[in-house]
Amino acid sequence: MADTAPSRSRDLDKLLLRAGNLVGPTFEPGTELRDDLQEYARILVVGAGGLGCELLKDLALSGFKNLEVIDMDRIEVSNLNRQFLFRMEDVGKPKAEVAAKRVMERVSGVNIVPHFCRIEDKDISFYNDFNIIVLGLDSIEARSYINAVACSFLEYETDDKPQEETIKPMVDGGTEGFKGHARVIIPGVTPCFECTIWLFPPQVKFPLCTLAETPRTAAHCIEYAHLIKWDEVHSGKSFDPDDPEHMQWVYSEAVKRAELFGIPGVTYSLTQGVVKNIIPAIASTNAIISAACALETLKIASGCSKTLSNYLTYNGVAGLHIKVTEFVKDKDCLVCGPGVLIELDTSVTLEKFINLLEEHPKLQLAKASVTYRGKNLYMQAPPVLEEMTRSNLSIPLYDLMDKVAKDILHVTGVTGQSDKKTSCLRKLRVVFRGVDGVTDMDMAGGA
Amino acid sequence: MIKLFKVKEKQRENAENANGKTPVKKQSAGELRLHRDISELNLPKTCSITFPNGKDDLMNFEVSIRPDEGYYVGGTFVFTFQVSPIYPHEAPKVKCKTKVYHPNIDLEGNVCLNILREDWKPVLNINTIIYGLFHLFTQPNYEDPLNHEAAAVLRDNPKLFESNVRRAMAGGYVGQTFFIRCI
Repeated sequence: MADTAPSRSRDLDKLLLRAGNLVGPTFEPGTELRDDLQEYARILVVGAGGLGCELLKDLALSGFKNLEVIDMDRIEVSNLNRQFLFRMEDVGKPKAEVAAKRVMERVSGVNIVPHFCRIEDKDISFYNDFNIIVLGLDSIEARSYINAVACSFLEYETDDKPQEETIKPMVDGGTEGFKGHARVIIPGVTPCFECTIWLFPPQVKFPLCTLAETPRTAAHCIEYAHLIKWDEVHSGKSFDPDDPEHMQWVYSEAVKRAELFGIPGVTYSLTQGVVKNIIPAIASTNAIISAACALETLKIASGCSKTLSNYLTYNGVAGLHIKVTEFVKDKDCLVCGPGVLIELDTSVTLEKFINLLEEHPKLQLAKASVTYRGKNLYMQAPPVLEEMTRSNLSIPLYDLMDKVAKDILHVTGVTGQSDKKTSCLRKLRVVFRGVDGVTDMDMAGGA
Repeated sequence: MIKLFKVKEKQRENAENANGKTPVKKQSAGELRLHRDISELNLPKTCSITFPNGKDDLMNFEVSIRPDEGYYVGGTFVFTFQVSPIYPHEAPKVKCKTKVYHPNIDLEGNVCLNILREDWKPVLNINTIIYGLFHLFTQPNYEDPLNHEAAAVLRDNPKLFESNVRRAMAGGYVGQTFFIRCI
């Protein structure tokens, strides 16, 4: 025990060993907290790219010892300017594996388990093993997926309060050039990704006829080669943006097109940028956003400070602007919301259930279509689906839901009186009476 | 914030009796929104929809349009729809499976319809797109051409355009291009 040498956790200790005025409500300072944090806190980093490299380094240096990282990509030469854990000789190797190895070499005592696969390849239960999930991603799809997974662990009490031990916090970072964001998502408490998906601007898309007929910019020429010319020449073969030969083909076609119309500016890197929707990545933006995310992760895990509430935006284009906005939850969010609690007998048929929805005081939902975990139990329209699902109407809902004691299902239907009908899509929490493991909740259902 | 260390024992317990309580795959928010769009479809008699992968895959479907007026009356045109998990943030990918002689649809099946690309908004829905496609057949538009030759003929010689359309729909050549019968 080298007590004289300065401890690696010296700075951390200042946060974790002392009480303070800004600490969270459950904060219990002391060495036990620090040691527990190291022993028990399990953090998943999703993405081992520009942000992911920073995050792994920052989290490891913040004292977390049990980290895992998941990423499906291999290292490319163009990553090396900012994804600082990678070297020339790593090109072609899986990012997750190299990143984990490099951080473990440099930060003693940390254990990082890499997962070289798609996020969808893992069982949902894989994600439940972590206390906090930190996202360093570049797509809406991937964020939406992880968000749905994390929110699926969330359970609510009968009074619609989230059950604390089922909350899976997420810290989401994102960067685009000189701009970035960091946000804290505590499902059931702060807005989830889906509550505020409208924050993302729609992708710019050019009209196909402009591409075909009146190209005016280099990007038009590139999109013409990518979206129209490719299909014309390679009938049936789909374009793969990660195949350099495909990209080269699109580039050379775009050059021909640009020459034809006298348009300057088509380059190979612009072609990649337009086709893959790439915005140049700035190393310092990643570093700043990652620092914010790692700090929030530490705060959530330890309670050593109140957390970011709840969405930080950073803009370094002209000067340096940081703003924190407190977004609000969508109480009817299909992903993180509690849904309407409905208690049923196991004998209730789907048809009876659909009728009950119309009478339910909180719903008053007529003409309901019902979907359960991707299975469409009943569809009011179109006729072809109505016919395919009609036979379910006479089957007990309990059987259609694979005899689980309780679960989520979704319904679409019409609410309101004849003069003002609106369509709506609702999440329901169905609980079956008298099925094992479920306590009596008569006072909640009232049916 | 989170009672991480009150949770630590609970977590051990959960790990021990993880008796199938792990949630299975979730429907994406996009799928749910699509479920609503589909269950509220209100199609004219001239349009029908099919689900090649059965009742539980709504993300991939086909729409047949049989125009009851205009140049394309009597033809049947099939469109494939591919809906992304982040629908309605992103418009569905729509292609015309039936080879058609049309100013706004090219021979690969690409469709020039503003709401499929530059004018897509999340408030729009599948019904809107189907009506938009239907509209393309009653009102083909030479100002937004994808099939340049067809657009030029429609603009300069509507009578010839009409006979070209009839010839293509009956199954035959227009210029160098062969069209399969779709009547």
